[in-house]
Amino acid sequence: MSVPPASPHDGSPADVPTLELRGVNKSFGVIQVLHDVAMKVYSGKVTALVGDNGAGKSTLIKSIAGIHGTDSGEFLFEGRPVQLGGPRVAAGLGIEVVYQDLALADNLDVVQNMFLGRERKNGIVLDEASMEQAAKETLTRLSVRTLKSVRQLVASLSGGQRQTVAIAKAVLWESKLVILDEPTAALGVAQTRQVLDLVRRLADNGHAVIFISHNMVDVFEVADRICALYLGRVAADVPISEVDRSQVIELITAGRSGNLGIAPAVADAGV
Amino acid sequence: MSSNTLPTTTSEQEPGGAASGFEGDRTADSVGGVVRAYLDRVRGGDLGALPAVLGIVVLGILFTILRPDTFLTPLNLTNLLVQAVPITVLAMGLVFVLLLGEIDLSAGVVSGVCAAVLAQVLAETSVPWWVAVLAAIATGVLIGVFTGGLVGIVGIPSFVVTLALFLGWQGVTLKLIGQGGTVPVRDPVINGISNKTLPLALGWALAVLVVLLYAALQLNRWRRQRARDLAHQPLIIVVARIALIAVVVLGVTAVLSIDRALSAVVDLAGVPYAIPIVLVLLLVLTFLLGRTGYGRHVYAVGGNAEAARRAGIDVTRIRVSVFVIGSTMAAISGIMAASRLGSVTPGSGAGNTLLYAVGAAVIGGTSLFGGRGRVRDAVLGGLVVAIIANGLGLLGVEAYLNFLITGGVLLLAASVDALARRRAAATGH
Repeated sequence: MSVPPASPHDGSPADVPTLELRGVNKSFGVIQVLHDVAMKVYSGKVTALVGDNGAGKSTLIKSIAGIHGTDSGEFLFEGRPVQLGGPRVAAGLGIEVVYQDLALADNLDVVQNMFLGRERKNGIVLDEASMEQAAKETLTRLSVRTLKSVRQLVASLSGGQRQTVAIAKAVLWESKLVILDEPTAALGVAQTRQVLDLVRRLADNGHAVIFISHNMVDVFEVADRICALYLGRVAADVPISEVDRSQVIELITAGRSGNLGIAPAVADAGV
Repeated sequence: MSSNTLPTTTSEQEPGGAASGFEGDRTADSVGGVVRAYLDRVRGGDLGALPAVLGIVVLGILFTILRPDTFLTPLNLTNLLVQAVPITVLAMGLVFVLLLGEIDLSAGVVSGVCAAVLAQVLAETSVPWWVAVLAAIATGVLIGVFTGGLVGIVGIPSFVVTLALFLGWQGVTLKLIGQGGTVPVRDPVINGISNKTLPLALGWALAVLVVLLYAALQLNRWRRQRARDLAHQPLIIVVARIALIAVVVLGVTAVLSIDRALSAVVDLAGVPYAIPIVLVLLLVLTFLLGRTGYGRHVYAVGGNAEAARRAGIDVTRIRVSVFVIGSTMAAISGIMAASRLGSVTPGSGAGNTLLYAVGAAVIGGTSLFGGRGRVRDAVLGGLVVAIIANGLGLLGVEAYLNFLITGGVLLLAASVDALARRRAAATGH
């Protein structure tokens, strides 16, 4: 496991992407869903993953989370090549996914949900005190101020609060890369604000964040980089300062915009 | 907490509002806060033990008025408690199954099969009583593995599996006991579980010990939570709960310690052995469900199986295990019933046994939809069901009316459960 010369500034952590994909291909039967996907995700940065329905976003994050295998291509985690053989492997590396349907148990409280499946124990007895403290610390670190009690049942939380708990759950595990699948999709204005602030704080706390969204306002508000997928190909993987909103929409809908994007022949062939 | 609807949440997020966070963990620290939170929960559809406690009080008053000479006598109250034991034990196991939103319709007849195994081992061999008990319990475990495997691994709906087994196990009991037969259970230890009593002094000592132990655990937990600045209830509530438990435990012991013999020449007083056995089962299973990782995972699978699966919990293993616990408790329930009746018949565990046990769990507050329930529900609900059965017996109502009333009570409890769930969904609880 030698460190490949990924960048000329090897050794300075800011330049080594937390996660780098190279030439990733994935087919389901005869349908190729991902074509030579290459993307870089940096710690301390929010990378927005955008693309129309069916562009391959879900397949891509499931590959990163170790749920789907890939047909070919390389995954580099902090510069080292890794095999994401399963969800456990991904979680072991520090990759956590917050799915759109959140996967929280309504009948358990906030602390119980955050530690679900990874409870702390003294012998066989659950160590409730230590779990409650750790949950509170994590929520405080993320400046979450909207929860009345960490012993509240998740059923009694609003959509934004649930999203907050799901994200805090992902962060609890010293995760290095947090993938958020449309975290603002079902939220009102104030709650979207709250979640976007939280996404920003995740990055400011040093996590690498992949933020999937269809909402360009949210993307431009919170993202540092943008990765646009078009029919399974990366149309652009650039700092957000290099593109504007109409370019991103063109990249999503047509696969190219000006001198950015995939070659016209390829784009047309795909249509 | 039910006021926590969208507008409130929104206002909380305005800049400058609610700066500290978790203020609920501190406001709940007052008596008013606890009472308000409880009322909110009840309004939000989480009735907890309320229906069962109300049921015990109302039915107790009703039968006292209707049968003033017989219902409230120490003899009848003791009978009532011992009658409640097999129902309660069966219901304790069903709580685990119901927590996953599954059902075990065969639990009653499984208790019959296990009782038949016990009776036959005692009758046909000369092994000591505890070997027969182990054989009965092992039978329960094996049956649970079989049922759980069909539901959890093969994937047949539990309703269908256990309906089929409900018929099947009755056949097995019939084969074991023989058509029209009755196998007497004459072992003094087995019979003694329900029919012998602890010495008076030991009964009192045990009652005091239970109260002290409960008080020590509660106060210690409260002290630790406060010391580490965790969410905790105010001291007065903790003390009130301890006082309530003390009154109930010592009160029941006092009633059981009155001489209840019908003839003046013999003494019959003391706590039947079955009561402390139920208490131990209650403690062990409550610990398992509330304080261990296994229990937490049972709740998680019942609340959201997909979330549990993604959290790395082996959902299949949990699903199989609850049926094993259910059938094991059914076996113990069968032993208790055989002990009380002194015999096992082909009809043991059939008829309304299961209906009573499911009714007990649901009346106690366990949801048929999964995710909500406690082991103590089985005790509270078991008492309600036993009071109904006992009271109707004292009134001498006709059999048809007995069926109608008992069926009606279960239906009522299930309706309360369903309505509470709808209310919970509507208020965001």
